[in-house]
Amino acid sequence: MVRVDGNGGAASLIHVRGLDKKYTRGGEEIHVLQGLNLDVDSGDFVAFMGPSGSGKTTLLNLLGGLDVPSAGTITVAGDEITHMSASKLTGWRARHVGFIFQMYNLIPVLTAFQNVELPLLLTKLSKSERKQHVETALQLVGLGDRMKHYPRQLSGGQEQRVAIARAIVSDPTFLLCDEPTGDLDRKAADEIMDLVGRLVKEYGKTVLMVTHDPAVAQQAQVTLRLEKGSLVGAPEGAAKP
Amino acid sequence: MKFLPLLIANLFRKKLRTSLTIGSFAVALFLFGLLVIVRGAFSQGEEIAGADRLVVINKTSMIQPLPISYRDRLLRMDGIKQVTYQNWFGGVYQDPKNFFPQFAIDVADQRAMYPEFNISEDQWKAFVEDREGAIAGKSTAEKYGWKVGDRIPIKGTIYTGAWEFNLRGIYDGTRPADDTTQFWFHYDYLDERRTFGKGDVGWYVLRVTNPDLSVRVAKTIDSEFANSPFETKTDTEKEFAASFVKQMGNIEFLILTVGGVVFFTLLLVTGNTMAIAVRERIGELAVLKALGFSNRFVLILVMVESLIVAFAGGGLGLLLAKLFSLRGDPTGGILPYFYLPPIWIVAGIGTALLVGTAGGILPAISAMRLRVVDAIRRV
Repeated sequence: MVRVDGNGGAASLIHVRGLDKKYTRGGEEIHVLQGLNLDVDSGDFVAFMGPSGSGKTTLLNLLGGLDVPSAGTITVAGDEITHMSASKLTGWRARHVGFIFQMYNLIPVLTAFQNVELPLLLTKLSKSERKQHVETALQLVGLGDRMKHYPRQLSGGQEQRVAIARAIVSDPTFLLCDEPTGDLDRKAADEIMDLVGRLVKEYGKTVLMVTHDPAVAQQAQVTLRLEKGSLVGAPEGAAKP
Repeated sequence: MKFLPLLIANLFRKKLRTSLTIGSFAVALFLFGLLVIVRGAFSQGEEIAGADRLVVINKTSMIQPLPISYRDRLLRMDGIKQVTYQNWFGGVYQDPKNFFPQFAIDVADQRAMYPEFNISEDQWKAFVEDREGAIAGKSTAEKYGWKVGDRIPIKGTIYTGAWEFNLRGIYDGTRPADDTTQFWFHYDYLDERRTFGKGDVGWYVLRVTNPDLSVRVAKTIDSEFANSPFETKTDTEKEFAASFVKQMGNIEFLILTVGGVVFFTLLLVTGNTMAIAVRERIGELAVLKALGFSNRFVLILVMVESLIVAFAGGGLGLLLAKLFSLRGDPTGGILPYFYLPPIWIVAGIGTALLVGTAGGILPAISAMRLRVVDAIRRV
C-alpha cells in the first residue's frame, strides 16, 4: 500500500519522512520539496505526475541516492540512505536501484550485451554467470536477437528496452523510471509500459515512475501528484490499490 | 580484465582523434629518441673514457703539434705508467663524404693503452711487421666492404699525395659504445713520407699509476713544459672528450630546450584531448556513476585511457627511433656512435607516461567530481 500521510508502517520497503530539498539559484532559495512523506511497499507501481519544476525528478534522484536532501530521511529496505557517505551510497545504488532514463542513456560504443552487463561488472559474478544473466535480461525484454547490436543500430523503443534490461539485470530492490516513454512514439511507449507492467505483475518488481503522460500514468497502480513540494491526490494518504 | 571492453571501446570511440594523439606522442618520442642518440654520439667519448688515461695536447690548440721528444720526458715523470702518441691524418677514401678518422699511431704502445679494442694476435703481428700496414675498425671495414689483405688507397689532405695501406687487421670494441670507425697505421710510415712536421706528434695519451693522482700528474706535466716552445694542456680523457663536445656548442642545453618545448606542447595537446574526451562523455560517465561505479573508478578509467594513449604513442615513437638508429650513422661518419641505449628507451616510456599522467589528471579529476544529477540533466 502507498501512503503519503506519514502514517505508513516502518515495514514499508521505501519509507520517506519530512523530506525537504532546497536549491539556491541566482541568489534565490527555491524550496522544491517540503516535508514530503511517502511509504511504498514491495511490488507497488507508483507514478508521479505534476507540472514542470514541481520536483518529480528531484524526488526520484533523492530516492535513488543520486542527490542528498536538505532535511528528512529516506529508508529503503531498512537502510537509512540520507546519512550515508558518498562511497557507501554508490555501493548501495549498485545493489538496490535500477535506473531507467528518458533518453535511455546507453553507452553508444558498447553493444546491447555490454551495456546490460555494466552493472554486473561491479559484482563478483564470473564471466559465464554474467553472460547468463545478461542473456536472460535481454530475452525478457524481447531483444535476445539484438545482443551484438550497438545503440545506433536500434530503434528508440529497442534502446529503452536495453535500458530496462540493464536496470533489472542485477535484480535491484526497486526501479526508478524518469519519463521512460518521453522520447518514444505511442506504439513504442505502449510496448515499454507493457514491459514495465509485466515486471511488476509477473516478477513482483517495485517501480517508481515520473511521467507527464496521463495514459502512461494509468498503467501504474497508484498515481501521485506533486504540487508545491508535497505529494497530493491520494485520499486519506492512499491511492488506487 | 572485465573492464577491458569498456576501456577499448572508449579508446576507439573517436579513432581519428585517438590516432592523432598517439601520433603526437610518437613524433615527440621519436624526436626524443633522436636527441638522445645525437647527445650520446657527441658525449660517447666522455662515457667510455678510461679513468686512468690522460691526454696531453699543445696548449695553443689541439691542431698544433708536440715534439716526439716529450715521450721520454713524460715516461720519466712520477705517476706515469705508460705513454703513447697519435697523429691525425685527415685523408679521403675515394670520396670526400666517406669520412672516418685516420690516426698514425705508436705501434709499440697503442694496443696496451687501449685494451678495450679487440684484435687477434695474428693480425696485430702482421700489422706490426708491415710498415705500410693498417688496421680498420669493424664498422668502417663493413661499410666499405674491406677484407684483410686489401690495399686501401687514401688521398692525403694535410699530408698531400696518394697513400696506400695494406689492411692487416680489423678491430672490434668490447662495449657497444666503443668507436669502431677508426683507421690506424704506423706513425713511422707517416713521419718518413711527410714533407713537413717531421718529429711531431698530434697528442700524447698516457696512463697514470693511480687515477686518484690524475689531477696532480696533469699539473706536473703542464708545469714541466711551461715556458717552452711547446707548452702543454693536460686533461683526463673524460675532460678532454667533454671539451671536444663543448667546441660544438652546448648540445645538452639544446637537447633540453628542444625536448622541453616538445613535451610541454605535447602536454597541452594531451590535456586538451582528454578534456574534450571527458566533456563529450559527461552523460555517460554520469550514467556509470548512477549504476554504482565509484568516483575512483571513473578517475582511473580516464587516467588509464590517457596512459594507454601515451604508452602506445611513446612506444611507437621510440621503436621508430630505435629502428632508425639500427640503420647506422646517417651523417657518413660524423656520429660513429649512433645508438639508442635501452635505458633511454625506458626513460622515454617513463617520460611519455609522465606526460600522459599530467595531461590526463585534470580531466580525470573533473570526471571524478562530476555530480550525477547535474550531468544527467545535461544529456
